[in-house]
Amino acid sequence: MATAAEIEKQAEAREVRNRWFLSAPALIIILLAASGPLLIVLFYSFLTPGPYGDVVWKFSTEGWVSVFLERDIFDDTLSFASAHLTIFWRSLKLALMATVATLVFGFPTAYFIATRPERTRDIWLFLITIPFWTNLLIRTFAVLQVIRNEGLINTALINLGIIDQPIQMLYTDFAIMVGMVYVYLPLMVLPLYASMEKLDFRLVEAGYDLYATRWQVLKRIIFPLVRPGVVAGSILVFIPAIGAYVTPSVLGGGKNMMFANLIELQFGQGRNWPLGAALSITVMAIVMVALLVYVRNTSGSEVRHG
Amino acid sequence: MPDTPGKNAIEVRGVRKVFGTGEAQVAALDTVSVSIRENEFFTLLGPSGCGKTTLLRLIAGFDFPSEGEILLYGSDIAPLPPFKRPVNTVFQSYALFPHMTVAENIGFGLEMLGKPRAEIDARVAEMLKLVRMEKLAKRRTSQISGGQQQRVALARALAPQPKVLLLDEPLSALDYKLRKEMQIELKRLQHETGITFIFVTHDQEEALTMSDRIAVMSSGKILQVGSAREIYDRPAVRFVADFIGETNFLDASIDSIDGGKAKVTLKSGATISATVADGFKPDGDATVVIRPEHAKAVKGTGDISGVVENVVYFGTDTHVHVRLDDGETFTVRQQNTRGAMMEFERGERVGIVIGDDAAQILKD
Repeated sequence: MATAAEIEKQAEAREVRNRWFLSAPALIIILLAASGPLLIVLFYSFLTPGPYGDVVWKFSTEGWVSVFLERDIFDDTLSFASAHLTIFWRSLKLALMATVATLVFGFPTAYFIATRPERTRDIWLFLITIPFWTNLLIRTFAVLQVIRNEGLINTALINLGIIDQPIQMLYTDFAIMVGMVYVYLPLMVLPLYASMEKLDFRLVEAGYDLYATRWQVLKRIIFPLVRPGVVAGSILVFIPAIGAYVTPSVLGGGKNMMFANLIELQFGQGRNWPLGAALSITVMAIVMVALLVYVRNTSGSEVRHG
Repeated sequence: MPDTPGKNAIEVRGVRKVFGTGEAQVAALDTVSVSIRENEFFTLLGPSGCGKTTLLRLIAGFDFPSEGEILLYGSDIAPLPPFKRPVNTVFQSYALFPHMTVAENIGFGLEMLGKPRAEIDARVAEMLKLVRMEKLAKRRTSQISGGQQQRVALARALAPQPKVLLLDEPLSALDYKLRKEMQIELKRLQHETGITFIFVTHDQEEALTMSDRIAVMSSGKILQVGSAREIYDRPAVRFVADFIGETNFLDASIDSIDGGKAKVTLKSGATISATVADGFKPDGDATVVIRPEHAKAVKGTGDISGVVENVVYFGTDTHVHVRLDDGETFTVRQQNTRGAMMEFERGERVGIVIGDDAAQILKD
């Protein structure tokens, strides 16, 4: 006869088996669709570029060297690859600014939706997700129509007599920012809303009751309690923003390149796949480190959403 | 004590509160006026939906009256936001801040008032002592029991020394024993702090045992304001008599009225005397109310008679439910004493003797 301890052990073993069984589909997809291709990219970064793109199966660290250093085509001397750094810095800056901007615009939006009567909340959420129905490229071109020199804003301002010359907005960092905020705003609003929906608004009343002004209630009560949503939203916006490709290529023009455009260049005109692969891995590593630091600093033991 | 006129802490004057618009309009408060005295334990009592919480929220500032004014020591606070009113609330759900410790919760109000750190710390320590929570100051509010959360909520609301403390059914989430304990605790705190308490409850027993004065509310109106004794012994209207304690209602016709006394004839034919409530306008028929403990069941004939339907033993007393000859039910409560005890059995015919001054005639 099995003792209680044995039965417990068997149950535990079954539990573990079930867990693996249930997570198998996800694991297989991650293995095939994410980890596998990533390993190929890593592998390519250590090969030699072929003359017409693609790679030659010969080990080389040239791709990685070129990430940080530039080889002079005449005398083969190495110098610091400042262009890469400039582009990376612009990507980081624009992604951070877009994250902050979506937070600034998304926070009141999410708060507004969360404070609507339950029946109408779904309608507002539905409206927020409408942009997802349209292709990213088309949405980006729509922004272009608004901000270009002959676009909606400039035409209106000129017709109103406020300006004589159109304001150059297209092909600037500002244009990229506007495009990214527009495209990524729902990614900020949805997790923020999910957090705020759980917020007990009686705590807000308690805050007012205890002499906290509106600003103090926001800072001391609402913000700490919805921080999981802020963290999730920031990550969801920051990651695609730093890797944004379509937006900077349509709205930023050739000069205001972002990192993804640089990578694309290596796989296209640049015909330097190993460098492209190395750049991809580099940006991924940097983003991962940045996120780890961010998550560690923001979701400390202090936040316990109940 | 209740009738010594003092300064009024709160004066509610002709306050109406309407929710919704157009057809869907609902008057949660229908022209309510009441004065709450300094340092008194004042209770708003009524069934759910009677407007008691709405009135409390108007005083706290979470909602604003559609009409009328609310005076705090003579000045109108109705238009002020809650953070500008020297009034604090103990919420039904406690609404403790989950991201702060017990001590941080208690100190929050003082912090928002911009008090210096040293003063806040001293006051928090004092409050922790007052509610006997010194040992749990560093705990998170999710790590303490319901009763302890209740104490923290009280300490948090008392810490800024409000002029008036509002309590919104604060004991309803506690189990029976803890509730009894907290009732005594609340009375002690009110006594020690000298702060005016406005307490909202639907529990009539709680209201009777704790309050200096009670306002009984129904359908957005205040029906009667008075001490526990006044409310219980001299209910002004039928609703109050029915809501507070148990009551027997008997149909009767009025024979004569002389001052505050009336002679009435019950359906059984018996004639008894009854007190007439203030403001009663006689129009022949009336409802007579009799508290179960003011009547007596006897073997033999009384003023009315019937058959015992049920006998329920409550320890301190016994309830005898009688089906009267005219079909109405009537409950008699007899105190249990050792030795000489009248025993009744189901099915037994009994008479009911209605004592002098036991019956009252009320406005419907």
